[in-house]
Amino acid sequence: MTMTRKKTIFTAAVLVILLAACIAVDLTLPSYHIVVTVIKKATVYSLVAVSMNLLNGFTGLFSLGQAGFMLLGAYSYGVLTIPVAKRAGVYQYFDGGAIQFSIPEIFSGFMGETVGTVVGMLTALLIGGLLAALMAYLIGLPVLRLKSDYLAIATLGFAEILRAFFQWNALGPITNGSNLLKSYPTFSHATPYVVMVGLMIAMILLLINSTYGRAFKAIRDDEVAAEAMGINLAHHKRMAFIISSFFAGIGGGMMAMYMGTIAAAPFKSTLTYEILLIVVIGGIGSITGSILASFLYIFSAEWLLRGLDSGKFLFIEAPAVFKNGFRMVVLSMIIMVIVLFFRKGIMGDKELPDLLDRRSGKRGKEAAK
Amino acid sequence: MSENILRIENATMQFGGVVAVDNLNLEINQGEIVALIGPNGAGKTTAFNVVTGVYQPTNGAVWFQGKKIVENHPQGKMKKLYKGQHAGEYNQVLAPTPDVITKLGMARTFQNIRLWKSQTVFDNVLIAKHCRVTHGFLSATFRTNRKEEAEQRADVERLLGEVGLLDVKDELATSLPYGKQRRLEIARALATEPKLLLLDEPAAGMNPQETNELTAFIGEIRDKFNLTVFLIEHHMDLVMDISDRIYVLDFGKLIAQGTPAEIQNDQRVIDAYLGVAEDA
Repeated sequence: MTMTRKKTIFTAAVLVILLAACIAVDLTLPSYHIVVTVIKKATVYSLVAVSMNLLNGFTGLFSLGQAGFMLLGAYSYGVLTIPVAKRAGVYQYFDGGAIQFSIPEIFSGFMGETVGTVVGMLTALLIGGLLAALMAYLIGLPVLRLKSDYLAIATLGFAEILRAFFQWNALGPITNGSNLLKSYPTFSHATPYVVMVGLMIAMILLLINSTYGRAFKAIRDDEVAAEAMGINLAHHKRMAFIISSFFAGIGGGMMAMYMGTIAAAPFKSTLTYEILLIVVIGGIGSITGSILASFLYIFSAEWLLRGLDSGKFLFIEAPAVFKNGFRMVVLSMIIMVIVLFFRKGIMGDKELPDLLDRRSGKRGKEAAK
Repeated sequence: MSENILRIENATMQFGGVVAVDNLNLEINQGEIVALIGPNGAGKTTAFNVVTGVYQPTNGAVWFQGKKIVENHPQGKMKKLYKGQHAGEYNQVLAPTPDVITKLGMARTFQNIRLWKSQTVFDNVLIAKHCRVTHGFLSATFRTNRKEEAEQRADVERLLGEVGLLDVKDELATSLPYGKQRRLEIARALATEPKLLLLDEPAAGMNPQETNELTAFIGEIRDKFNLTVFLIEHHMDLVMDISDRIYVLDFGKLIAQGTPAEIQNDQRVIDAYLGVAEDA
């Protein structure tokens, strides 16, 4: 019992410190500062990585459709939030587009400018998530009958088809074809991202530790036994798939927020692989692992290793070696090292508070001697 | 009619040209311990899989507690290939998945232990309780199912106490010794609140002492949980000790049935196990 309490205190302390640090960053640094950018991008990646972990790590369904669901969330967010006045400019090739309303403006109408905009933005995010969930339901009907690699290929294919579909000119009045969606409202500070993602990850954690989460893990460990013990495989797999996609959709919407413009191009399968990489590095089946890995990955890719592309890394200046593209070479090598030496990722299937267990376990053993 | 809890009726299971179970008929009465024995490859596990919904029989039906739960007749390619009997008698298709059958009150264990490896002993049993959960996932996520969850946890605690695994409840299922893993598998099946327990070679790989313990254990849980037990086993000591009745399968066909004493003296059974000299 005391162990559980210790863990709770530890977790709460870590969360409070992180949140305080984040608010401090927002108050002291301008919103275009690299630290703010890293926090925003890493939190969004955390959410998507955790949602992917729910499916791949906890339910054992190897799905690679994440980018597709993110795309859906991103477009829903953009299409629903661009101010009406700016639509003519954004949809300049499609006569101002087909949709002539903006959810934040509707809410502003009766809730006041600031509150209305924020509520509208959140609603648009939610709608993006729900659309992704709906799509997951439809895709899941045929696709979830497949197993392992076949499921991965089918979901990957779906994501690519969806991307091509969104670039289709005939859908231009809604998706703006292959042109950018822009001018939609965004959060410029990092704190809203951290708070939103924190809440959603907390929800996923609660789900994983509930009876349904345990059923997911049973399906992962042994499908035959799970079914024989009365767990409806089709129903639970569909549930995991839909929930994962819902959060991926919201993650996509937040990614749109963070990027400032939406195009179909960034939602290629490369994005899914990046997320998969984060999940693997963090540890398949570890939520805190996914979060840690997201921050590490984004921090390295966006900031720490940037210098490798532009001639100066740490204190070494070597413009001849550190040329464009060198960053990716180093990053790939780091990843190989991780894969070779940390087979189970940084965290394995443990969570951060579990580290307390190990230490006290050792102490316990010593005491026993 | 109301007395038998399980009735397999003219069940035939044919894979391509191979008839694994051939026109099997058997009945199990409330409260009995019935064994299904036979040489390797006789179709015992296939018969289990037909009952529990893992396989759909090619032809025939399964009744549970007076209700028909499984029925099938040869379809498609099987129409031509079908070698069994009673082909025209069944025309309905009833093919519930294993989870549906488990919810009806039939639970099983496996020939090769299939515990959830990454879970603790406690969680293995608790997960088996999931099929009795009445709350939806939103309710479970936001913890409005606290009462049900607490009840289930208390149930699991009590069940583990009854089967003697309470002291290892926080250990990983796979770290238990073999005999206890078997016991845990039975406990997990009991957690689904079955009326009929199907045990697929529960004593496989056990030494004589463990087998004796298991024999006592099966009798004990039958009385304690008011169960009917249907088991497949190769350990004849256990089978003869515990069974009220025995069915013997050979090459998919039922060759004998009766009390342990009758089976021990049945010439066909002895022939099936020891082989018989072929006449030239």
